[in-house]
Amino acid sequence: MNQSNTRYYYPYISPLDPCPPIVRKSYSTPPHLFMGFQPPNLEQFSTAREALFSGTLWPALFDPYPPKKGREEA
Amino acid sequence: MWYYEKKLQYPVRVRDCNPRLAKYLIEQYGGADGELAAALRYLNQRYTIPNKVVGLLNDIGTEEFAHLEMIATMIYKLTKDATPEEMKKAGLAPHYANHDNALFYHNAAGAPFTATYIQAKGDPIADIYEDIAAEEKARATYQWLINISDDPEINDSLKFLREREVVHSQRFREAAQILIDDRGKKQFY
Repeated sequence: MNQSNTRYYYPYISPLDPCPPIVRKSYSTPPHLFMGFQPPNLEQFSTAREALFSGTLWPALFDPYPPKKGREEA
Repeated sequence: MWYYEKKLQYPVRVRDCNPRLAKYLIEQYGGADGELAAALRYLNQRYTIPNKVVGLLNDIGTEEFAHLEMIATMIYKLTKDATPEEMKKAGLAPHYANHDNALFYHNAAGAPFTATYIQAKGDPIADIYEDIAAEEKARATYQWLINISDDPEINDSLKFLREREVVHSQRFREAAQILIDDRGKKQFY
């Protein structure tokens, strides 16, 4: 299974569309979608600071969300 | 039941890349006098109205969904290629914050669609008169939209939709007359 954090799709582009097209659209598929019931004794961040700043104890659940800025590459 | 034809009732062309226009067009999508309210109102009222006008409500209610689809096409074409930054520039940041670039049933001011926009009184005269008023209000809304849109191709579609409101109003007025005239009664002379 493809476990990357982002999925892409390519909507229909009409030759009559008024605006320059966004060829590729994306949506999030964060890690918890693939984990099922969380397994015991998952590896934790090595420092409390890292865990605090990440918002989770476990790197396996961490999803760095890259904000969409402009038109994504096709 | 319905059969679906995968085409619009009347073509929708959009000439200018002007996402701001979508902010206004959404009034006819999820507004009080919009196409969704119209379709739901007529298709619901048709159950409890004299047989003579059931077909009219059925046909017009169905056509309203075809109009809804045209409005949706305009809004989608105007916003589907807008980046978050472009949505912000078009005054659509509040919409983006809730819906991304998705369409939603709310009016131009962002108030979500509610069933309180429509009524089924059960009284045939009251219901048909509400329908006439709804058509006139939708006609007026199309006028105001045409007045603030400077896209000639969108305006062409909006003028078609406005004209349909005129025709629907006329048919509802005839329906009211049928209900008033008591045409079902046998005449003895």
